[in-house]
This record gives sequence, structure tokens and C-alpha cells, in this order.
Amino acid sequence: MITLDKLYLLSPEFILLIAAFLVLGIDIFGKRRWQKALPYWTIAGLLLSMVASFWLMGHKETVTDTMAADSFAYYFQLIGEMVVVLVTLALVDYLPGRTHQQGEFYALLLFAAIAIMVAVSATDLIMVYLGMEFLSITSYVLVGFLRNDKRANEAAIKYFLYGAVASAVMLYGMSLLYGLTGTTNLAAIAQKLTAGNLVSGYQWLLFPALLFLTVGFGYKSSLVPFHQWAPDVYDGAPTPVSAFLATASKGVGFALLIRVFVTALPAVKIDWVALLYALSVLTMTVGNFVALRQTSVKRMLAYSSVAQAGYIVIGLVAFNGKVPFTAFNGVSGVLFYLLAYAFTNAGAFIVVGAIEEHTGSTQMDDYNGLVKRSPFLAGVFLILLLSLAGVPATGGFMGKFMVFGAALAEQFYILALIAIINSVVAVGYYFKVIKAMFFVPGEGPAIAVAKPTRYALVITLAMTLLLGIFPSWFLHIATTSGLAMVGL
Amino acid sequence: MSFNAWMLTIILFWPLLASLVILLLPSEQEQQIKNFAIWSSLLPLLLTSYLLWDYGINHLLAAGFAYSVNILWIPQINVHFHIGVDGLGLVMVFLTTLLTTLSLWYSKGVIHKRVKEYFFLFLFMEMGMLGVFLSLDLVLFYLFWEVGLVPMYLLIGIWGGKNRLYASIKFFLYTLTGSVAMLLAFIALYLKSGTFDIVELSKLHPFQGDIVLGSIVFFGIFLGFTIKLPAWPFHTWLPDAHTEAPTAGSVMLAGVMLKLGAFGYLRILLPILPQAFIKWSMLVVALGVISIVYGAFVCIAQDDLKRLIAYSSVSHMGYVLLGIGAAVASMRPGAIVANANSAAIALNGAALQMFNHGIITGGLFFLVGIIYERAHTRDLGVFGGLSGKTPYYYGLFLVTALASLGLPGLAGFWAEFFVFRGAFDIVRIWAIVGVLGVILTAAYILWRIVQSVFLGQFDEERWGNKLTDVEPYEKVTMWPLVIIMVIVGLYPTIVVNFLNQTSINILSKLP
Repeated sequence: MITLDKLYLLSPEFILLIAAFLVLGIDIFGKRRWQKALPYWTIAGLLLSMVASFWLMGHKETVTDTMAADSFAYYFQLIGEMVVVLVTLALVDYLPGRTHQQGEFYALLLFAAIAIMVAVSATDLIMVYLGMEFLSITSYVLVGFLRNDKRANEAAIKYFLYGAVASAVMLYGMSLLYGLTGTTNLAAIAQKLTAGNLVSGYQWLLFPALLFLTVGFGYKSSLVPFHQWAPDVYDGAPTPVSAFLATASKGVGFALLIRVFVTALPAVKIDWVALLYALSVLTMTVGNFVALRQTSVKRMLAYSSVAQAGYIVIGLVAFNGKVPFTAFNGVSGVLFYLLAYAFTNAGAFIVVGAIEEHTGSTQMDDYNGLVKRSPFLAGVFLILLLSLAGVPATGGFMGKFMVFGAALAEQFYILALIAIINSVVAVGYYFKVIKAMFFVPGEGPAIAVAKPTRYALVITLAMTLLLGIFPSWFLHIATTSGLAMVGL
Repeated sequence: MSFNAWMLTIILFWPLLASLVILLLPSEQEQQIKNFAIWSSLLPLLLTSYLLWDYGINHLLAAGFAYSVNILWIPQINVHFHIGVDGLGLVMVFLTTLLTTLSLWYSKGVIHKRVKEYFFLFLFMEMGMLGVFLSLDLVLFYLFWEVGLVPMYLLIGIWGGKNRLYASIKFFLYTLTGSVAMLLAFIALYLKSGTFDIVELSKLHPFQGDIVLGSIVFFGIFLGFTIKLPAWPFHTWLPDAHTEAPTAGSVMLAGVMLKLGAFGYLRILLPILPQAFIKWSMLVVALGVISIVYGAFVCIAQDDLKRLIAYSSVSHMGYVLLGIGAAVASMRPGAIVANANSAAIALNGAALQMFNHGIITGGLFFLVGIIYERAHTRDLGVFGGLSGKTPYYYGLFLVTALASLGLPGLAGFWAEFFVFRGAFDIVRIWAIVGVLGVILTAAYILWRIVQSVFLGQFDEERWGNKLTDVEPYEKVTMWPLVIIMVIVGLYPTIVVNFLNQTSINILSKLP
């Protein structure tokens, strides 16, 4: 039943929709002066939408039975909007000189943000699929937007081919689930599964369905072995877009993984826990060990973000489902981790982009002596890398702390041990960059960082430290958001 | 809350504040940066001195922690900003603030490259180390433990010697491996007891009665502290890091950072997990004795003066381990201890050795730095006859070196005496083997260092007038340390008074 009086719950989406068309309109019809301000129109729209998302937190309703308006959705919306703000700031200096169609770029970015918001709110398999596809298609275009850049083109086509296969497999999984239960609504699926009310003789299809769904979500959140696109795409895409893919877009994969598995498939929890356990071990180990071998910082960050996905999954593996949450429950750990990781990793990619802007290179050797050429970039990158490595007083540490704690609380001792060993291995490559920046002498002209990029970096830095030193408020939000999803 | 209660908070965060101010100063104004750093490091030192005085009057026999501040920090997981000191903690804080000021003062004369970063990192590191000594919450403890690591890594990597890249990452990875194991163990303690508070945990003794899990948790924490200490076989990062670090970095590494590990034994491992510790106490004793003897033997084989002193730390920290291990071993079921005070004496010896080693080895590293600045080599084979050329330097070196080998009348003697006096009663055979280390120490100090550097023939052709005697600023660096060595040597009670009650508190609260 469609009830229009609840549409205000979707106001963050509507605000962004208006902003996107406004940006497109200004780009076509606006005065030159206005066109120059396009990124700021974009940001204004995003900020307004953030206010709306934040305002609506605490609601616990569904719109037309297909969209959830709960804190969980708004939480991920806020992460998405925030990341796009940062990406937009970084683009101000990045886009000019690379493309003339700037308006379209910003509009696409806004559409991608809307896609994220739709996807994370979905409570129906059809809506999940639509949201994912919407996000994928805008992302393909964003990756390949600089059409004179061969590597970007290669990345886009690779992303597209992988994405097409992954979403087809996922859709197949959804169809199996529909065939078994006769519904696409997540809550209804859960009811049918718990009641054991399935088409007789075909129960065994449940596991393939689960597996195929995991392929789709795992592709978005770059879990090994569905990660192969990630390094090439992150490496080839325009660097701010890589920042978007590695944080906001990846967050969607996790949001859906959590929402679909926890709300629709609690009956087969033991299966998906085992599956995710294996994927987590694979993802962190492969990501870390391959990252060790990289000579390009951008590519190294790509593998590092694969590895980070492995740590994040631990939280879901260790989710015990007890309400109210225990201190180290996996889900608020995952949510907190994703928030901290979004700022940290977006910041790291923006730093790489700012350096690429001036040296044209992402090679590790070109980072030699960076501290002389830009103390600001080197200092910010140092903190961000420490956060990625999980050194305390940063958000990255608190995230790991919560997630590893959850693993121990649920007695996944081996998993915690593997994760800990992995985080020591990871120091090997994060610190390679620190070594290049601070220890190895290098020559080169000073690097000037554009103001908007500077703002973006200051925000990421401040948030990384804030999340590490005063995490309690954010933990509170993460916990209530997680609870809202479980209770739905 | 009285004014004194906030003193520790000021001591802890003042260096952070000062380091941030340095970050804002223009990097060309090197003199201003240096002076500012030195002056600002004096405040924590003065406040600590005041607290020592106040503690000596009001809290010397207190059963708990003084000047505590306890504020809820992360309610979701029950983490508190809980700091406070007992006698041992206060002595360690004093050691840290003193060595920091002296290091900054000495660095003023020798650091000319990337001055701003150096002084920023140094003050920042001071906060990290102070935090470890002050923390009464495991998460806070871990936070400061790791936060102090990064500046040291950078100090070694930027201002270190030829092999600095290797040494710095080795240092970081070794310590990190230990600390992540420790982190898991901390979480396990929380999951068992619902609190991270060290004072609470020392009363609750989680895992009491569960020797299997208790031992696993014990070894997690043990690994972290023993790598940091470091004891054989986890010591291999130390010679590299200490040798490659800049002089003041080596001073802080040997003088303060190694104490963090030993401090952890006394603050966390023993009070919280006594049962597992008692079970494995002989392992601790064995590692201590092996470190003492092995470290001393390796010292004799060194050709590099700084590397020799680095290895001497392995040997000397072994005494700390032996003292702690012996004290705990006295509580094994069936242990026969003639004198009931032996455990406390051994523990006092260990704690005193922590302080003494900081002062003495800090001094030795300064002295190595002083000669390296002139000769640009530390090869023991090329020196000789310096006693005639640089008598003042010889004097300072001799006092410090003799303190290090445990000459009665100087600081080092008392710690070794207490440790062996206590250990002999409890783990006799091990103590006897350990005494061997004292003889070997005399061998490497007198034979390897004093004889080959200061006695013998001076190579006029090679050195000419390059090896000048100590400058005034170097004298200022060394004199406070020498004075402390003599005072503690003549009147050890002045330090032991602070440590004794801590030892009694620790031992009396064990189940």
C-alpha cells in the first residue's frame, strides 16, 4: 500500500535529486560565474541532505514496504554524503584541465550519492538490486569519464564487465530466494525461512542462493575472491573517484551484506558466518600480502582497501544478535569502522591525487623526501597511514579494537589471531610510504595544494583523530543505528 | 579536588601542548625552537620534583595511588581516563622528565638538520612515555604505549646512523608484534571481568583458577613487555635500534623505553594475573639470567662502542627480570624461603635497577655521543690513551662506567645487591649463575672499554687535535646524572623509600 504521507522520510534523496538537476541546469543554462561555482552547489546540496539524514535519524519506519527509514540507513547515507563532499572538494582542483564536462561530472557524482542512499535503505530484494545497479552504472561512467585517459577507459570496461557478471549472479541468487519463499521482502523472507515454510525438496537451494548473493555484495565491498577488479579500477580511475569507490561504494556492499543477512537470513546464520569467516581470512591475507609487493602508492592503497574489507567482515562474523547489544558486538564495530575508514581512506586517496596532480606520478619513489616538498601533505598522510595501520589515537585503531574485540567476545580466537598477524604485516607496506616521505632524501619543487583539497584533507585528518580520541559519541550513534536495523 | 590532583594531567599533556606550539613556529627559527623546547620541558620536571617532595611527605606509605584522576572516557566499553602514581610510577616519571630535559639540552648542540621536526617529535614522545607510567586503565595504557612508538621510529629513521632504515622498521615491527598480542590479552581481560581499570583488575584477578586461559592471556601480555624490555630471545631489535638512533634517541630508548616493559610487569602482569605469573615465574627467572649472562658475553665480543653499550642494556635489564621473577617464584607452592622479606627485597632491587639503569645507561649513551661527534667513529680498535688527552671526559666516563659495573658507593651496586640478596634466598642456583654476569660486566667495562679507549697509546697521527675535551654544554648534560649516581650510591634509601611501599603493595594484594 502506498502512503504518500511518509515520503518526507526520503527527503535526503529528494534534496540530492533537486541538487543534481540544478547542477545540470546551471551547467547548461547558467552564467559562466555560476558555472564556476558548480562544485559548491554540489556541496551545498550534499550538506542540506546530510542535515536531513541526520534529522531523520531515530525514525523506524518503512516507506512503501521497500525502503527503510531507519537509523541504519541514515547512518550509511551520512557516510556516503560526507565522502562525496570530500571527493567534490578534491575535484575542484583535479577536474579543470582534464575535462570540459565538469557539470556532468558533479551531477553524476550526486546521482551516485542518491544510488547509495537508495541501496542502503532497501528492504526488498528488488530494491536492493535496483540500488546496486543504479550505483554501479553511475560508477562505471565516473571511472571512465576522462575518455582520453587510456587507463581510465581500461578500468571502466573492466569494472563494467566484472560488475555485469557479479550483478547477474546476484540476481540469480535473488531469484532462487524468491522461488523458495515466494516473496522479495526481507522481513517476509526471514519469516518463511524461520517457519521452515519452503517449497519442499528444494531447501538445498538456500545455500547456493546465499553464495550468489554474497558474490554481488562481495564484489561491491571487494572481498577476495571477488576483488580482482578493485586494484585495476582504483588505480586507473581518476583519483577522487577511487576515493569514492574505496569508501562510500564499498560501504554500500557492507550495508547490504549486513541488512540482508541479518534481517532476511538469520535462519541460515551458521552458513553465512562460515562463509564470511573464510572470505574474511582470504581477503585480509591476500590483500595485505599483495600490497606488500606494490611499487605504486595508489595501487598499494587499492590492495590495502581490499585488506581492510577483510577486517571489517570480522565484525559481521562475530555478530551475536543479542539485543540490547553487548559492549563488543560486531555490528556497531563494523559501523564505526566504516565511518573511520571512510574518512581515513578517502583522505589517503586525496593525498595521492594531490601529489599526482603535481608530479604526474603515483610511484613510491616519487614520494621520497616529500616532507621537504610539502610538510602539510606528508604530515596528513602520516596520520592517515597510521590510522590505516591501526595505531592508537586514530579512528582506524578504534575500529579495529571494536571489531577484534567482537571476535574475541564470540570466541573466534583463531580469526582474531589471524587478523592481528595481518595488521602487523600491513605495517610493512604502510610504513614503506612513511619511510619514503620522511627518511629517504629526494629532490623536487615544492608542492602547492589547492585550497579546497586542503579543506578536504583537514576534515579527514580532524575526523580521523576525533574518532580515535573521542569515539564515544560516534560509537553511540553506530550502536543505535545497528540496533535499529536488528529491531526492524 | 585539590590542586595536586590535576598536577599529573598537566605533567602529561604539557609536552603535547609544547610540541604543538613548536609545530606552529616557523622552521627557520631554529634557535627559538630549541630554546622553547628546553624551557617547556622544564615544567614537567619541576612539577614532578614538587610531587616527589609532596609524595614523600604525604603519601609515602599509601596503599593506593596518589593524585588520581578518573573520568569516564568511552562509556560503551567502560574505558576511563584514569591516571595516578605510586612511588614507582613517580620515580619513573621523574626519570622520564629528567632525561627528556637533558636530551633536549644535549640535542641543542648536535642537531642541525630538520630541527623543528626533531624537537616536535621529542616532546610528543615524552607525552607517550609519561602516559604509560601514569595510566591506570588498560586502553589508556595501550594508547600511550603505541603513541610513544611512532616518534621514536621517526627519530631513528630520520636522524639515525647509516643503517637507520633497517633499524627503525625492525624496532617498530618487533614492538608492534608484542603490543598487538598484548592488546588481544587486554580485551580478554575485559571480556572476563567487564573492566579495563588496572586498580579494579588488580583486585578481581580475572582468570584466577583457570590456569589454561590465564596462561594464554599471561603470555599475550608477557610477549609485549618482554620484547620491550627486552629479554633474550626477543632482544635482537635492540642493538640495531640503539646503535642507529641519534644520541638523545638512544638515551630515551635505553633510559626510559626499556623501563616501560619492566614497568608493565609490575603494574599489570603481576597484580592482575598472579596465578599464571607464579606458574611461569621460573621461566621469567631463567630468561632474566640468560639475558644477564648472554648479554654480557656478547658485549665482550663487540667492536663498536655504542653497540657494546646497547648489549649491556640486555644484560642489565636481565637483573630487573631476575628480581621480579625471583620475587614471584617465592610464592610457588613448596618454595622454601628462609627470609620472609626476600621477595620484597628482590622486587625493590628490580625497581631500583630500573631507575639506575636509566640514569647510568643514559649517561653512557651521552658519553658515546660526545666522542662520536668528534671522532666520527665508535670503533674500539682505533682509540687509546684518551685518559691523558681528555681527562675530564675520562673522569665522567669512569664514574659512569664504574656505576654500571656495580662498584659499591655508586648507584648500580645497590640494585644488583638487592636483586641477588633477594634471589639468592629464593632461586639459589639461578642467582649464582647470574652473579657470573657481574664478573663479565667488569670484564667488558674495564677491559673492552676503559683499557682500549682510555689507556694505552694515543694515536697522534690519526687524531691530531680532533679529540678535544668535553664542552661546557656537555658537562651540563652529564653532571646531573653523575650527581644522582653518587647520591643514590651513598644513600640509596632516597629512592628505595619510594619503591618499597610499591613492592609491599604489590605483594600484599596478591591472593
